[in-house]
Formats: sequence, C-alpha cells, structure tokens
Amino acid sequence: MSGAPQIAVVTFPGSNDDGDAMLALELLGAQAVRAWHADGALPHGTTGVVLPGGFSYGDYLRCGAIARFAPVMEAVRAFSASGGPVLGICNGFQILCEAGLLPGVLRLNRQQEFLCCDVTVTVESTASAFAGDWEVGQQLVIPIKHGEGNWYGGADLVASLEARGQIAFRYTEDVNGAVGRIAGVTNEAGNVLGLMPHPEHAVDELLGPTGGVRVLDGLIEAARAPSSVT
Amino acid sequence: MKATVLIRPKEGILDPQGEAVEGSLRKLGFAVAAARVGRLVDVELDTDDPVQARAELEKMAGDLLANPLIESFTIEFGPAA
Repeated sequence: MSGAPQIAVVTFPGSNDDGDAMLALELLGAQAVRAWHADGALPHGTTGVVLPGGFSYGDYLRCGAIARFAPVMEAVRAFSASGGPVLGICNGFQILCEAGLLPGVLRLNRQQEFLCCDVTVTVESTASAFAGDWEVGQQLVIPIKHGEGNWYGGADLVASLEARGQIAFRYTEDVNGAVGRIAGVTNEAGNVLGLMPHPEHAVDELLGPTGGVRVLDGLIEAARAPSSVT
Repeated sequence: MKATVLIRPKEGILDPQGEAVEGSLRKLGFAVAAARVGRLVDVELDTDDPVQARAELEKMAGDLLANPLIESFTIEFGPAA
C-alpha cells in the first residue's frame, strides 16, 4: 500500500462519531477503514486504531462498561500490547478506561449537564507516541460534547501519571469537574491515548476551530511508523 | 436464588446526582444532611448454594457491575435465601 497508514475506526452499537472520525482521518491523509464491534480481529494491515465517540450500548450501567467486553476489544487489547497506537475519543476514552487500557474513570459532569462547546486544552506532555509534533504548553481549541467527562483518579494515581508524563492534555479552565482539569491521558507505554474533546470535529476551518489536526496527525504519524501491523 | 447487588459511590467521591437530589429534597422542605445516589441490580442465579452464589456475585460486581475506582458494592440475598 502507498504511504497512507491504515487506521481502523471501530463501530460499536451506539457509536455516532465513527463516520466523522473516518472523514477527518482521510482528510489528513490516512486510509480509514471500518472495524465492527463483533469482529474478533482488526482489518488486515491496520497500523492505528480509533475508538470513536457516541453512546455505546446506550451508556447502560456505566459509559463504556459493556463495550469493553465486545469481541473486537480483545483484538484492540492485543494490538495495543504489541505497541500499536490506539486513540479513544470521548466514549472511546471511557471504554479504554473501563477496559483498564487507560488509567482513571469518567464520571458524570459536576454540573449534571450535557456540555457541548469549544474548549481550550493545553499540551501537558510529549512523552507519547502521538506527540512527535506537539509542544508542551501548546494550546488547542477542540469541541467537547459529553455528559460524563469528569475524569477521576486518586491522588496517588495522579501523582504517578504526572511523574511519568501520562497527562496529555488539561483544560485551561474547569470544564466538568475533572480532577486536575485533566482532559486526556496516555497509558504508561505511551501508545494509547484517550481524550474527551473531539479532534475529529476540529479539522476544517469551514466548521470552526482546527485544534484536532494536531491530535489526529499524532495518531497518523504514529501509525505511519508501525510498531504493530495486523 | 435471588440476590440484589447494591452499588454506591465510594465515600469522598463526588456524586453530582446525590448533590442534585439533596438540593431538591431541601427545597421541598425536608431536613436532609446528605443524599447519595447509587444503583441496584437484581440478579436471579441458577444456583441455590449461598456460598457459590456470593462468589459469583462478587465476581460479577468486580468485573462489570461496579467500577472499583469510584464505587463500592454490597450483596443482599432475598427473603427466600
């Protein structure tokens, strides 16, 4: 295949940003392919994965709690274990936390309201596979739209994440009650990233801010130099 | 055998639903010091062995029904047990 890395976007029952994620990835030069929640494997040739936003399984029980047991998640787990880059956006972030692939958990927003607005996040760390082109302190404007984006981790967990550079993004102001204004975290190996803001909705000037380009480019570049191929 | 798993937000964990309920109860004139909101799951098990049932329910709660980072759970057996 030519230079475009193949990135699989997983559709769960209730995902609704899978289409936008595919469009944004294609716009930025990747080859986006669909993956289905019931599949036991990722599409052949995949070098990057997106778990998109939405309301998988109706957000029943807790957001992401049921999706983590979808058959495709075994393949995602194996892909990430071998170093492949995985990006979880909003509900995808919630799923990765429930699956134990990312630290912490997303709770109901402090305001008890669904929030839908542009937010500014600051790049806090470049210690991940996604951060080749990021600079610490860089500010990105990206929209959020969530009811349960209030990230929580205990004080010990937060301290260890800070020490290891696993806090990728913080909101510049308190948006939803998240501990430490944390908007996105990575795993210890730095190849799994989750964030509540929606980079796939912020890639085209015609539609508003373009802070999502930097985030998705990070995934595409990580997928271009594959550490894992399905 | 019937059982109920009760899931609660852990002490000290922010509970926006509980806060909203607490505020509403106060507005209605109830003298409420605090309210917390959890959830319950009624489960009907195939087994009639209480020891086995408890072990299975604890695994269910740990794997799926509760998130141990923010929630605790208790198990109650129905009157038949």
